Amino acid sequence: MSAPVIEVEHISKVYRLGSIGVTTLREGFSNWWDGVRGRAPAVDHKEFWAVRDISFSVQPGEVVGVIGRNGAGKSTLLKILSRITEPTSGRARIRGRVASLLEVGTGFHPDLTGRQNVFLNGAILGMTQAEVRRKFDEIVAFSEVGQFIDTPVKRYSSGMYVRLAFAVAAHLEPEILIVDEVLAVGDAQFQDKCMGKMESVARSEGRTVLFVSHNIGAIARFCRRGLLLNQGRVVVDGPIDAAIDGYLQMSGVAQDGMIELPAKNRIENSALTLRRMLINDGEPLGHRRPLKIKLNFTIHRPTKAGFDLGFGSVDGRRIVTLESDYEPTYFDFTAPGDYAVELSLPIFDLLPGRYRVDICAFDGVRKELHFVFDSASVDVMPSSATPPHIHGTVGDWRPVSNWRLCSA
Amino acid sequence: MAAAQSDRELIIQPTQGWRFLDWREFWAYRDLLSLLIWRDISSRYKQTILGPVWFIVQPIMTTIVFTVVFGRMAKISTDGVPPMLFYLNGLLAWGYFAQNFTSTSATLTNNISLFGKVYFPRLIVPISGILSNLVPFLIQLATFAVFYLWFKAQGLGGSFGLTMSAWLLPLTILQVAAISLGVGLWVAALTTRFRDFTILAGFVLQLWLYATPVIYPLTRVPAKWRLLVALNPMTMPTENLRQMLLGVGSGSWKLETISIVVSVFTLITGVLAFQRIEKNFVDVL
Repeated sequence: MSAPVIEVEHISKVYRLGSIGVTTLREGFSNWWDGVRGRAPAVDHKEFWAVRDISFSVQPGEVVGVIGRNGAGKSTLLKILSRITEPTSGRARIRGRVASLLEVGTGFHPDLTGRQNVFLNGAILGMTQAEVRRKFDEIVAFSEVGQFIDTPVKRYSSGMYVRLAFAVAAHLEPEILIVDEVLAVGDAQFQDKCMGKMESVARSEGRTVLFVSHNIGAIARFCRRGLLLNQGRVVVDGPIDAAIDGYLQMSGVAQDGMIELPAKNRIENSALTLRRMLINDGEPLGHRRPLKIKLNFTIHRPTKAGFDLGFGSVDGRRIVTLESDYEPTYFDFTAPGDYAVELSLPIFDLLPGRYRVDICAFDGVRKELHFVFDSASVDVMPSSATPPHIHGTVGDWRPVSNWRLCSA
Repeated sequence: MAAAQSDRELIIQPTQGWRFLDWREFWAYRDLLSLLIWRDISSRYKQTILGPVWFIVQPIMTTIVFTVVFGRMAKISTDGVPPMLFYLNGLLAWGYFAQNFTSTSATLTNNISLFGKVYFPRLIVPISGILSNLVPFLIQLATFAVFYLWFKAQGLGGSFGLTMSAWLLPLTILQVAAISLGVGLWVAALTTRFRDFTILAGFVLQLWLYATPVIYPLTRVPAKWRLLVALNPMTMPTENLRQMLLGVGSGSWKLETISIVVSVFTLITGVLAFQRIEKNFVDVL
């Protein structure tokens, strides 16, 4: 094995909440004065370890997916590795040229033309003028902006803007590429194209890629190795499947079927907060068995409400959605308080396997009240009703269908 | 991270103590510097209808106000030079300084989104601003030249005129650039910690104008105070431009040395302060 291109040794980053930050001179002076007089400053020095004692190393050509829930430290780690911010302690060695794509279109100037911005953006990302000139035609072709290349980018549609920006970034030739959520842009077709480009960069050109995304599908498709972070620490460093499993478990696998729903994604000041979900009264979910889900929530003020519950594949695709506003339309809550709704299906047809569950509550005009993405992952167990020939290649949802001979 | 670093091992670790400049890295990003200068210039032209005409209108309007208020009403001496020409000249160094001060001190706050997303030596941004501000300076200088020739053609000359020392003008401009970069970086660094400085900076700039011999000649300053006035690094460059282009003004090697020492000190400490704040400022803004 050759020398690793990235070696991270015990990197930590601590934020001192309450003391660092923009303050006024008056506060700064009184802190200083307290210090002089030997008193503890009035400000509360709470510490927050965004990244804590992280160590790993990456070999040339590896494509590593970095996953974790919001606030797990992914972005801080990438910011440290791309030198946007310094670590508090520890050390990282990087051998080779690094380009970080933490957001496409960084530094685009609206008044300049597409052509001018390509050169400027290339320089910001660390390319020389000669390199940009050499790659220019390729970049324009990839971006599909065509004759608009000499138009100021402020007249571009947002799609064109993003395409051009990604095209520049995609044609960097770094040995190490650090990518954070850039694929969350553009239409599906262009996203596919971007993914394809990234794959070819990684596979055929043998570059090293660190890839952060919430899109587990993209991660699963793109990476072989996974790094799972939780509360600033590495909890899994291994094959991507192991990391994804760990991630899904962390997002609350139904222990005895009861799943607490986090309040953090609730729309601010909305009339409803989802509380928890109970699946099948704690019994395991069985294929071709009845499904019953009880959803507890709090109503803060009178509102109409509807719910939907989505089952998705581990790689991020939504497979099926069960919605309450088909029948009997909306529930009408006239007083604040704690309520629950129950959803039932006589036969649940999702094939055995692991699925993600998303839950959404919305009001009478279908405006979101509280959306919990990836609330949990659930395992659907095979049952006696599961045909023996079933395996992954036959789709995920197989409802009972009636077949009979009829007249030809 | 730059192209030139591909064969180099990069070590990321907390900076110990103070840090000046990484010249090698800076050189690797020279393309970015030239592109930013060019972006500043071309976007500034495109933003307004009058475009570069503003760079002529502004100093002329200021000069007219000064001529009326300080020349006619307060009757402050102009060393025998027509007041109009005296103020136009005085505003040369000051105008360049004020522009640099404003663009440099806003570096971090104006580029937070850029700095938060991609790494490059942050100092490139203020330096590109200072270099692109040379364009309005040159326009201002040309305006001065036009008025100078006009006054000469009117036969109002005689007591004033260009001197041989005018070829030192680039050095004076270099000094002004150094002072404004130094002071601007100080303000930029301090505003990330204390919001007061955004307000304070504008106020200080206003007062500073009156502490600098822009509307009055240094000869009007009592001799015992001149040393003190020379501690203001902008004093000598302003007075020197007057000496070079109009042949009036006063100075001495002693004052000149003080001025240069203060300028270099300002620049070095400004860079150090900026570098110290810059490494982690994305965490606090």
